[in-house]
Amino acid sequence: MKDSDSFVSDLRFTQANREAFWAVGLAVLNFLWWYTTAYGFGSKPAENYTYVLGLPLWFMLSCVGGLVLFSLFSWLMVRLFFREMSLDDYLPENDVEGKG
Amino acid sequence: MNIQVLLPLIIYLAVMFSLAFYSRKRLSTSGNFLEEYFIGSRGMGGFVLAMTLVATYTSASSFVGGPGVAYKMGLGWVLLAMIQLPTAWLTLGVLGKKFAIIARRVNAVTVNDILRERYQNRWVVILGSLSLVLFFIAAMVAQFIGGARLLEGMTGISYNTGLIIFASTVILYTCIGGFRAVVLTDTVQGIVMMIGTVALLVGILHAGGGMEATVTTLREIDPALVTPFAPDGFLAKPFIMSFWILVCFGVIGLPHSAVRCFGYRDSRSMHTAIVLSTVIVGVIMLGMHLSGALGRAILPEITVGDKIIPAITLTVLHPVFAGIFIAGPLAAIMSTIDSQLILASAAIVKDLYLNYIRPSESEKAEKVVKQLGSWTTLLIGLIVFLAAFRPPDLIVWLNLFAFGGMQAAFLWPMVLGLYWKRANATGALTSMVSGLFTYFYMVSYVKRFYGMHVIVPTLAISLVIFVVVSLVTQRPDTDILKLFWGRDRVKKS
Repeated sequence: MKDSDSFVSDLRFTQANREAFWAVGLAVLNFLWWYTTAYGFGSKPAENYTYVLGLPLWFMLSCVGGLVLFSLFSWLMVRLFFREMSLDDYLPENDVEGKG
Repeated sequence: MNIQVLLPLIIYLAVMFSLAFYSRKRLSTSGNFLEEYFIGSRGMGGFVLAMTLVATYTSASSFVGGPGVAYKMGLGWVLLAMIQLPTAWLTLGVLGKKFAIIARRVNAVTVNDILRERYQNRWVVILGSLSLVLFFIAAMVAQFIGGARLLEGMTGISYNTGLIIFASTVILYTCIGGFRAVVLTDTVQGIVMMIGTVALLVGILHAGGGMEATVTTLREIDPALVTPFAPDGFLAKPFIMSFWILVCFGVIGLPHSAVRCFGYRDSRSMHTAIVLSTVIVGVIMLGMHLSGALGRAILPEITVGDKIIPAITLTVLHPVFAGIFIAGPLAAIMSTIDSQLILASAAIVKDLYLNYIRPSESEKAEKVVKQLGSWTTLLIGLIVFLAAFRPPDLIVWLNLFAFGGMQAAFLWPMVLGLYWKRANATGALTSMVSGLFTYFYMVSYVKRFYGMHVIVPTLAISLVIFVVVSLVTQRPDTDILKLFWGRDRVKKS
């Protein structure tokens, strides 16, 4: 569907869309990690579990490992894909391209 | 009564009050009362933003209710709690800078302000405000009960006295100081929660003879406690997976966290906050729920869920440290209530009164608004306080009811409003109504939908209705599109 009325798009919103996409992507990745480690290593009977530092392996990977890993990933995401921008009204020097 | 536990608490409450008075001073010197009282003039830096988000997410259920369930369910419930890890980057990232930019364009103070500009429909705003007030009251009652139970369990003072001390502190400092007080106390509370969580976990491991011995004891009680499935297979996969919607993706739709997504100072603050609050939320969720689960190895015979954490704390920590620790969950509870209280008040004063019963813009009317802010906060606080006198049993579920209801009302109108040009008022309104109706009906009569929490079908239905209705009705005005996608500010009269 095309816009019938044209107006100049704010390029900050294009970047905002991209950032929203990354945020959702990272959450989906977090889900996959959480699911595969917890149920991949935790679905057998408790007698057969491997233990790491006293905790079951599935828990160590999914909960403790997930926390460390995704804290790191959230930092990387912000560093690599998020841009600083002015949040105030449009200023000409914020413009990247021109018409959008 | 336990004076050693009580003393650190009294000092703590005194600090909360002094922050409120400091904020009140800022309030009296501020040029724009509404913007200062309800959003703190958009001045939050990265650290404060992170702490206030953390403090808002972690509530009674993270410190009292949730660990209580973990005690019964074991490590599987900790796995469920960790689903909340992405909430900070999701809410800040998805609502993100677009939300903040538009909030500045339209001088939004509340989430409903944004909905009003996007949909230009009074019924969307009225329905939004009313459901916000209703659900916040339900949520706050649950939080008050949690707080009073905790005081009862830890200090030996009666439930009613605890409720009075606790409620009067929160209500007063919120009334007095507004959003800035809420955010400042949240920051202190966030720090206290971190310290409390770590102290308790260390205490439990010490009492249990180290991690290995504690987990082994747990396994001897019931091997299912160390599996992801919990005793009797209670945490079946469809059920636990639906929490990815309820406590993770759906959290984007919670108005009290969303409002923080436009209250920050600049984009750098937001970047810092994403990383900081992810780490802190993660540590608190993991630490507290693991404490609840492992606590069973130390005190195996407690039956009432909400009394578990107080009992364990008093067993493993020295009374003075216990007093400092108990400040943690009290902080969590207070910081959730205060933000809901201020928003419920904003919904009534700003979204309903000023928009639709608008008084004249004389100097006298300006004065009325100032007083109305504080008085409405006080009144809502009192209603919640009175409701908490006859408490229902398990606070987690009561809290989750309000939680899902807010998502049913706000998630799609906010997210689609920001990112889908075709979303219009008719779509938003039918989606809100059908979402709320479905949720009420399903919570009352269906309970679980094919093994899932009913929030999943609720959000699916309201999404489909939103999209279908929007597509068959008119596209939004160009002015709205310009405001939400264009570069130019649309001048309003």
